[in-house]
Amino acid sequence: MLAASRVGGGSRLDAITVRGLEKAYGPVKAVNGIDFSVPAGTVFAFLGPNGAGKTTTTEVLEGLRNRTGGDVRVLGLDPWTDGAALHRRIGVIPQDFRFFEKIHPREAIEYYGVLFNVKPDAMALLEQVKLTDKADAMYETLSGGQKQKLGLALSLVSNPEVCFLDEPTTGLDPQARRAIWDVIRALKASGRTVFLTTHYLEEAALLADTVAIIDHGKIIVRGTPDEIIRQHGRPDRISVEAGPEVARYLQTKLGMTAVAANHHVDVELPEKTDALRVLQALEQSGLTWGRFSVIRDTLEDVFVRMVGKMDEGVVHPEASA
Amino acid sequence: MNGRRVVADFLVFARGYFRSPIGLFFSLVFPIILIILFGVIFQNSGQSAVNLPVVNMDHNSAASLSFLSALNNTSVVKVQVVTLPAGMSLSTWLGNQGDPVGLIVPSGFGADFQGHTNVSVTVITDPSDAFSSGVVLGAVQGVTNQFNFEALHGAPFVSVQTATVGSASFTELDYLVPGLIGFSILTSPMFSMVEITSTYRKEGLFRQLTLTPLTRSEWLLAKILWYVVITGIAACLMVFIGAEAFNIHIVLSVYSIPFLIIGPLMFVSLGMLAGSISRTPETAAIVGNVVTFPMMFLSGTFFPVSSFSPGLQDFAHVLPLYYIIDGLDQTMLFGNTGRALIDLAVCIVIALVFFIAAVITFKWREE
Ligand SMILES: Nc1ncnc2c1ncn2[C@@H]1O[C@H](COP(=O)(O)OP(=O)(O)O)[C@@H](O)[C@H]1O
Ligand SMILES: [Mg+2]
Repeated sequence: MLAASRVGGGSRLDAITVRGLEKAYGPVKAVNGIDFSVPAGTVFAFLGPNGAGKTTTTEVLEGLRNRTGGDVRVLGLDPWTDGAALHRRIGVIPQDFRFFEKIHPREAIEYYGVLFNVKPDAMALLEQVKLTDKADAMYETLSGGQKQKLGLALSLVSNPEVCFLDEPTTGLDPQARRAIWDVIRALKASGRTVFLTTHYLEEAALLADTVAIIDHGKIIVRGTPDEIIRQHGRPDRISVEAGPEVARYLQTKLGMTAVAANHHVDVELPEKTDALRVLQALEQSGLTWGRFSVIRDTLEDVFVRMVGKMDEGVVHPEASA
Repeated sequence: MNGRRVVADFLVFARGYFRSPIGLFFSLVFPIILIILFGVIFQNSGQSAVNLPVVNMDHNSAASLSFLSALNNTSVVKVQVVTLPAGMSLSTWLGNQGDPVGLIVPSGFGADFQGHTNVSVTVITDPSDAFSSGVVLGAVQGVTNQFNFEALHGAPFVSVQTATVGSASFTELDYLVPGLIGFSILTSPMFSMVEITSTYRKEGLFRQLTLTPLTRSEWLLAKILWYVVITGIAACLMVFIGAEAFNIHIVLSVYSIPFLIIGPLMFVSLGMLAGSISRTPETAAIVGNVVTFPMMFLSGTFFPVSSFSPGLQDFAHVLPLYYIIDGLDQTMLFGNTGRALIDLAVCIVIALVFFIAAVITFKWREE
């Protein structure tokens, strides 16, 4: 059963819709009028620097915090007033998940099973998050990553339709991070909706169907990772191992922007055929040059640039654009 | 309210408790240490009933005789009716005899009592003997209450109960047991609930629970059940060890059970209240101590309230624990169920107020 709210005549059902959401902590506007929706069965990544308003937004969606303004629906429910009904249908790992010190992961899952009135297969869940070896260890003896994995396992006990993961991989080692990525992929494969906040851009690029970047409580860009890179990334560049004289040569010969740094020369390629012209010119120059590669902006490059410009007041948030 | 969720939460909490030595120490080991400590201190005192010289200035009235016989029947005092030499006051007489306590029943006692006019009996005590004064004052107050209670209900005063504690003679340690049980009913829920409430909130555990179907009242009920069980076990252990090792005669009567249930209910709620009105675990600990410490010593735990100065007695009467311990005193020592019922009524009101206040101030999620 998924929410019946539809986006602007679109045909897909949305698991989450957010309209003009605002949240203030006293004078601090943590979230300042944001809109987005997450189609059911997709992975949505919410990106932003520390303090951007990710956790605040997530907690409003989870019904842990009331909003100051705007409207929010998760599975068609108002998270604040219909919290009890909603909580049976969503799974949550809060940022900084903590649990009772004196409990074993297996017992914790069984406890949640009784609370949600389901019969979870504790070992299968622990297997899914790669925590079987700690099934009977005391929670307080688990490492940060293992605790996080338990949090993930607990959030899955009730077989939720929507999962909220607030920076689930922050501070984890690469293995633990991959284990959590695998779970997210499995969730998506089984038709679940995933709302993921992170400040690891490669994570978003790898897992997310759609991405929104939030900064200072406003969404500055959103779309699929490819769309964002295409619209907001710089042109592709060719990077050649060469000295500054090569940069000067190319600039005068071709009239293209060439920048020399760290024994490399980067040349912007407004058109993809420009790469051929650059290589041809190099071949004819008689100057020394070595290996070359073509560089494309990553989501991270876009993120760093856009957040940087936002801080300088150059980019205007999407809402007011 | 879902019983399975309450039981599941109770079991998780109980298991955590057994895995954490500190909690178990305060709840079980500490009361045992207390009873052994006091047992050793009072080992050789072997005191039986306190001798009570009585001047009965109303010796012809049935009321005064039945009052004295009820007093004698408590078995904690041994009434000895005396006639004073002309012109001598009872306190002088007591001084000469070396008796620490005495009682004066005024003339007209019977008539006043039947006419529902205020009448008081006078207990003369030597404050340096807190034990005898405490016992006598406790017994006299108990019997007085019983008389008032029955008079109010129109029941014939001659039917005043006889002691249900039998003929056992109590030792000094016996008199301490209800206070020590009260002490553990206070301390073990209070200290851990203050801690739990404030650290759970700081660490986001309540928000974690908000995300499950467990409700606040289910959670609270599970905690109350746990402390009823653990303080019940502690009380049984104290009585058992006292009987085995120090020959005490006091027993947990069925009438004490309501106090063993309402006590933890009261202090789990109060602990939670102290924990939830404080912003940080540090202030919660301070608030908890400020609330707990006066009660730990001034509610009749180690020293009988009746041996306090009048001002301090008034103060003791506003402490919730006083009514728990008095109830235990009345049911375990003096067999005075009438007064115990009044104590119980007071306890129920206080506990309900604390419980409701705790549930209202206790928020699992922030705005
Ligand atoms: N409970 C709170 N009280 C006051 N300010 C808060 C609170 N929680 C967050 N903030 C502020 O709101 C802003 C957004 O915080 P948050 O949503 O946690 O950001 P993020 O998760 O993106 O790092 C920050 O400026 C933070 O200081
Ligand atoms: Mg955050």
